[in-house]
Amino acid sequence: MVRENMATTVHQPPQIRTRPDPSRLGQGRNGGGNPTRAGGSPRVALDDSSPASRTGIWVAIAAITMTFAAFTSALVVRQGASLEAWHLVLPRILYLNTLILLASSVTLKIARRRFRSFLLGAEGERVAVLRGLYATLALGLLFLAGQYMAWMQLKAQGLYLATNPDSSFLYLFTAVHGLHVLGGLAGLLHAIRQLGRSDLRASTLAATSHYWHFMDILWLYLLFVLWMRL
Amino acid sequence: MHDVSGQAAHHAPPQGFVRKHVFSLDHKVIGKQYYALALVAVLTGMVLSWLMRLHLGWPNLAIPGLHWISKTGAPGNLMTPELYLQLMTMHGTIMVFFVLTTAPFAAFGNFFLPIQVGAEDMPFPRFNMMSFWVTFVAFLVMIASFFVADGPTLGGWTQYAPLSAVGAVAGPGQGSGVVLWAASIGIFCIGQLLGSLNFITTTLDMRAKGMSLMRLPLTAWAWFITSCIGLTAFAVLMPACILLILDHVAGTSFFVASNLVINDQLQPHSGGSTLLWQHLFWFFGHPEVYVAIVPGMGIVSHVLITNMRRPLLSAKVMIASMGAIAFLSYMVYGHHMFVSGMNPFSALAFSFPTLIITIPATIITLLWIGSLYGSKLRINTASLFALGFISMFVSGGVSGFFLAQPSIDIMLHATYFVVGHFHLVMAVAAIFGIFSGTYFWFPKMTGKMMNETLGKLHFWLTFVGAYCIFMPFHYLGIMGNVRRYAQFVDDYLQPVLGVHKFITVAALLTGAAQLIFLYNLIHSHFWGKAAPENPWQATSLEWSIPSPPPFDNFGGKPPVVYHDPYQFGVKGSMGDYIMQDSPEPSPTGD
Repeated sequence: MVRENMATTVHQPPQIRTRPDPSRLGQGRNGGGNPTRAGGSPRVALDDSSPASRTGIWVAIAAITMTFAAFTSALVVRQGASLEAWHLVLPRILYLNTLILLASSVTLKIARRRFRSFLLGAEGERVAVLRGLYATLALGLLFLAGQYMAWMQLKAQGLYLATNPDSSFLYLFTAVHGLHVLGGLAGLLHAIRQLGRSDLRASTLAATSHYWHFMDILWLYLLFVLWMRL
Repeated sequence: MHDVSGQAAHHAPPQGFVRKHVFSLDHKVIGKQYYALALVAVLTGMVLSWLMRLHLGWPNLAIPGLHWISKTGAPGNLMTPELYLQLMTMHGTIMVFFVLTTAPFAAFGNFFLPIQVGAEDMPFPRFNMMSFWVTFVAFLVMIASFFVADGPTLGGWTQYAPLSAVGAVAGPGQGSGVVLWAASIGIFCIGQLLGSLNFITTTLDMRAKGMSLMRLPLTAWAWFITSCIGLTAFAVLMPACILLILDHVAGTSFFVASNLVINDQLQPHSGGSTLLWQHLFWFFGHPEVYVAIVPGMGIVSHVLITNMRRPLLSAKVMIASMGAIAFLSYMVYGHHMFVSGMNPFSALAFSFPTLIITIPATIITLLWIGSLYGSKLRINTASLFALGFISMFVSGGVSGFFLAQPSIDIMLHATYFVVGHFHLVMAVAAIFGIFSGTYFWFPKMTGKMMNETLGKLHFWLTFVGAYCIFMPFHYLGIMGNVRRYAQFVDDYLQPVLGVHKFITVAALLTGAAQLIFLYNLIHSHFWGKAAPENPWQATSLEWSIPSPPPFDNFGGKPPVVYHDPYQFGVKGSMGDYIMQDSPEPSPTGD
């Protein structure tokens, strides 16, 4: 990534805040805007002063929700149109994967809490934050591997993407959700790299973790839909 | 998710040709790139429509060079029905996606939204750059389908299942053509989702000091509302395209019912739902028409207010009406499916909101007309095209009342009445919005003025031409002239061939009139008169900076906003207006 000669953004070089700045507290969004400019001092570019990533992640979550709502409606309509009754037993490993994904959210939560005390000056917490992020990353990869194992189990049963409607949706949901989890892993890597350079913003970590928790909720929802159906 | 690699405040301007003009992170360059893409797309789409029109008017005419487009589809340069349908599909797809979505929303929105809210750029410039290049790739993929063995798909821009989902057995282009179509549209969705993400966050989070939501210009509101529609609509079209591709390449049966026989061949699929595609498609498809038209509403308001020298009767009602249209746009999609075989009660349920959505649309029109009444409108090309927008929107909108009622729609469905309706209300109106925006903002975008005489000539030829083309469509439709037929030589529609010839001539002439615009655009870009900072004495922030704007918009000095966007008809230091960022007091106190 080229770091010089970029076109414009409004962000100051990211900096770690050491003390909460009282002048920034309670500042609303409305008409706030362009926060890096307030006061004219580069130090005011606080790491949580950019609400764009916070808004952005909710916008992304809204779009992903719509996508899966469309898939769900497809499942409902498809079920209504289908005359045959298919019965597919969900691979048991999916439940284990669910636990792994939930555990990864816990480690991320811990990392985020440690990051807060790191921001407040506890330099030694950096290792704890890193450890939490790496643990989340590892659990996320493990989850994806588990999903792949589930596919292998289906394949062993002779169930392929086109075998019947249920297997179609099972493959489809796990694949599209998996792709979104990959996006979350990229976000985690980004955060880890920034932490290594000491320019991780709280807002970046918050956005990453909101997204990651959303992946949990989405997966629980998909599992529920599949379980209801299958 | 958060891009922090671009450095802020006192960073250097981008260096090198590639960074400046190709893979630029600058929202203004990206906006221009979108505009250029739309220009290429609209010329492509227009040529396709000429070929179709020529065939409709003169079915036995050999069109020189037609075999270049398709060898099998044009034996002896005579158009086969299949080739006609392929041209029609590509015309619709290219126009709806790569012109009506990219130009008013992505092109102007990218260029002006950040400036109008008082920001240096969008919050995620990398996503913004990706948004354009992904859209560009989508366009290439779409065009690529001209070069595969069977040519592009012939399924229409709506790509109805099951014929779109079973593969080449359904006709030329229904194999790889559909896969390329669905892939292109899926990629396009990603681009627009990234764009919408930037638009929404820019509007909510990047506003300058003093720029409250109610101080946003109506264009900014229109783009914001459009991006909210786009975000939800494109997020639904994308999974639909994924399912369609899976039906093709993986043998799934999402859209194909059991025991379907096509061309005497039993299809291997089982248990899918044909209607599912229509539901998913129109859940996107109807909001999409508002993605095309709402930015135009914003542009027209902006241009008219500036040239009337007074604000709209009520900006709040305008914003609320655009919001209501966005909200209702999701509840009306079923009116495209009255004759699809869905439950008649759902037809009724979709008919009510369809009629209700005309209320905010009517309020918007009345706001324009009421505000225009008694104003001394400055007549220039931009304001003429804005008036033309209103004219087209009303003329096309009125026929919508008929189509909204299931009992009448059964008669008019799939006739030229529908074609005339949506071309006027959505396509031509949106194009007039684009023209209005182009003539209005060209000085800001390039630093050069456009030629007003040529502009006015262009307007009148286009205005008269568009009516000559699309008004007769309504009469054809009432006569029962079915759409999507390649020719009408041997049947009861023989007597209307003269009307088709008239429309064809009008289409060719109106198309030729666009050369005036192209000439004006290119000539002014290089040799036009230098544009002052604020040639229209407008008030919004884009007119407070040099033309063209520097790479960081406000030269490192973020604006402070003191006023509502449209302080016209007041005593200001510069004339009858006060700029948004001018600290002088306004008599109205806004």
